[in-house]
Amino acid sequence: MSDDALPGGERRQLAPPIDETGALGWMRKNLFSSWGNGITTVVLIVAVGWILSGFLDWAVFTANFTAASGTECRGGGACWALIREKWRYIFFGSFPYEQHWRPFFAVIAMLAMLITSADRRMWNWRLLVIWGVGSVITFLLMFGQIHIPLSLVLFIALAVGGVGLSLRKAIADTGEMNAYRVLAAIGFVGLALRIAGVLPAWSLAIAPLSYVETSLWGGIPVTIILATYGLAFAFPYGVLLALGRRSNLPLIKGLCVGFIELIRGVPLISLLIMASVMLPLFLPSGTTIDKFLRAQVAVVLFAGAYIAEVIRGGLQSLPKGQFEAADAMGLSYPQKTLLIILPQALRVVIPPLINTFIGFFKDTSLVLIIGIFDFLNTANQALVDPNWAGFPAEVYLFAAFIYFIFCYSMSRYSKYLEVELNKGTRR
Amino acid sequence: MAVAALGSATRVKVAPWNDPVIRGWVFQIVVVGLVAALAWYLVSNTIDNLNRQKIASGFDYLGREAGFEIGDTMIAYSPASTYARAIWVGILNTLRVAVLGIILSTILGTLLGVGRLSPNWLLNKICAWYVEAFRNVPLLLWLFLFYKLISEAFPGPRQAISALWNSVFLSNRGLYFPVPMADPIHKWMGVALLVGIAGAVVLYRWAKKRQEATGQPFPSISSGFGVAIGLPLLVWLAAGAPSAMSWPELKGFNFEGGTVIQPEFTALLVGLVLYTSAFIAEIVRSGILALHKGQSEAAAALGLSRGQSMRLVLLPQALRVIVPPMTSQYLNITKNSSLAIAIGYPDLVASINVTINQTGQAIENILLIMAAYLSVSLSISAFMNWYNKRIALTER
Repeated sequence: MSDDALPGGERRQLAPPIDETGALGWMRKNLFSSWGNGITTVVLIVAVGWILSGFLDWAVFTANFTAASGTECRGGGACWALIREKWRYIFFGSFPYEQHWRPFFAVIAMLAMLITSADRRMWNWRLLVIWGVGSVITFLLMFGQIHIPLSLVLFIALAVGGVGLSLRKAIADTGEMNAYRVLAAIGFVGLALRIAGVLPAWSLAIAPLSYVETSLWGGIPVTIILATYGLAFAFPYGVLLALGRRSNLPLIKGLCVGFIELIRGVPLISLLIMASVMLPLFLPSGTTIDKFLRAQVAVVLFAGAYIAEVIRGGLQSLPKGQFEAADAMGLSYPQKTLLIILPQALRVVIPPLINTFIGFFKDTSLVLIIGIFDFLNTANQALVDPNWAGFPAEVYLFAAFIYFIFCYSMSRYSKYLEVELNKGTRR
Repeated sequence: MAVAALGSATRVKVAPWNDPVIRGWVFQIVVVGLVAALAWYLVSNTIDNLNRQKIASGFDYLGREAGFEIGDTMIAYSPASTYARAIWVGILNTLRVAVLGIILSTILGTLLGVGRLSPNWLLNKICAWYVEAFRNVPLLLWLFLFYKLISEAFPGPRQAISALWNSVFLSNRGLYFPVPMADPIHKWMGVALLVGIAGAVVLYRWAKKRQEATGQPFPSISSGFGVAIGLPLLVWLAAGAPSAMSWPELKGFNFEGGTVIQPEFTALLVGLVLYTSAFIAEIVRSGILALHKGQSEAAAALGLSRGQSMRLVLLPQALRVIVPPMTSQYLNITKNSSLAIAIGYPDLVASINVTINQTGQAIENILLIMAAYLSVSLSISAFMNWYNKRIALTER
């Protein structure tokens, strides 16, 4: 007692009580702060322990990792041997077995493309280069051969030249402007000649590997391609829809609102069924479109409407002064939109856009309804083998785990970006 | 004179190709023209294809005999019924799963969202992991998993798990349980229930008005429930309490009698509820977090009990943040119920898909799907917008 007393009547500072620091203090504060809390904790510990021990017993202790057939697996816990036997099919579908390295590296290429585009330092012209190179590699590996038609090259030249001319006016030097003029002229004249029939239908063939048609594609590359290119193509058209919805031209606005609400009001399945049964009716008889492409078109149509609504949120969050200032500077509508409005609006909506992307990544699983072999469908097909019948939980949990890894990492990235992009405005 | 001169001086003459109004109209006409041209191209191709393939058009097929079985129906249906009836069965099935899904996932989602804010670390983390696990995996995968688990892990009807003195049977054919025998009094009990609910609403309004005028509280919620439940009960008693039950019994390979919750329906409902409640939990959590801490402290300082401060102070404010995103989740449940087709629950899309395959009339059927979903979606959003307006902050 007398230890505590200091000269002058002051008291020595005591260490905090033992039950308020360290593990004990933490438990007291977070688990047993009141009677009710304590009871909840005990009940939860018992329940979680019971479930977890049952699950671990099934999934690990009594599980069979090495059985050669389903009959050997029966009676015990989980049959992970099924995954061991079928994982190549689940990941790559019916792609020719000895060529599985191709979808494997295609997935690596797409992941590299997505991960490098996640880096903020790449958010400029480099993004176009990354996606161009990444797409060529991906489709070269998947198809084995690609044909680049002359008209596509001419069209790209015209588009790059046209966009450069309208946007970089008064910013770029004469050399750059002349380059755009030359590109646009080549594209325009070339396309005109091509349409008039003067230029033949040349195409550049790159064919280092054997051709594999889309009906043999399956598994994880299909899921990633549908989601990634669904978003990539839906993005520009979603931006146009959002701008149209905010426009003060009544007819344009009406068209965009009608389209967006129609698509958002119906389920994706009905669009997929429509793409599979109605698209063939819409086109001149005799033309057949690849089933995979039909699904991709449906995903793009669907995604565009949702992206448009996300982007509209960004456009609405901009103060009116930005629009007025751009007008006062005498900028044209494309200049105002592409140089002033969109850069600010898109920045706001990047995190919700990633969440939308996670949604599409999951929604691509619906294409199995129209017979596309995406990752969920190949997992489903792995259950059909009569030798391995009767282990649905193992396969679905495995597939769920893979989906979880993709979606969870994307949602973490979106959370990180939200903080990162708001650094400037946070106090 | 001077004014007129000034007016004409400020009006700058521009060339027609530089006039924004004229430009706007030209642009609109060009775009609409392009869209119309595309539509004309598609329609002409379609007509051409339909003629070539000799597919009839028009909605005449709706009156013809459907000829296919539907496993789970709420109204009388047989393969001899018309296509229109088959589609109506599908619509009712969609509505049934959507309405139940909305109610159950709202309850579960709210519990999870509140649990996510609990001071209890363990409860908090369990709710957080539940949300992450269900949000980050496709709904379709959950549906397959639950459906396969029910149909493969549960025993057949002969080895069914029975409970409650052999009155409830759980097997891979679903959950069988006894129901009261059909009795004419049931219709009147339904009428009494509606009258009771209307009475409860009137009572609630009266109690609210009285409390605002005199400050006297009235237990309107419990007495309202009493009226709504008591009235049908009185009707039942007045009719002599008919208590004949239809019991499920094993006959041959399946049960007869009683009623059944089918495995497809169960898998779909469980999947929808577990998946959507993860999203609703996040919405509820953000709604509660959006409230200023002073609100609950002020309510406590006024002497309100915890329940009162929740009901009168916190919830009305949190709802303003919660309702708009909740609306879109409700719409999602309705639209996601169309995944039923993958596990064989006969919803609207499944009925129409069979109809397309049998009649070949894709366009009419797709139009029907779109019309049905659009009207359900629009009515849900109209209702939620009305509710949102009702609870919105009344500003000057």
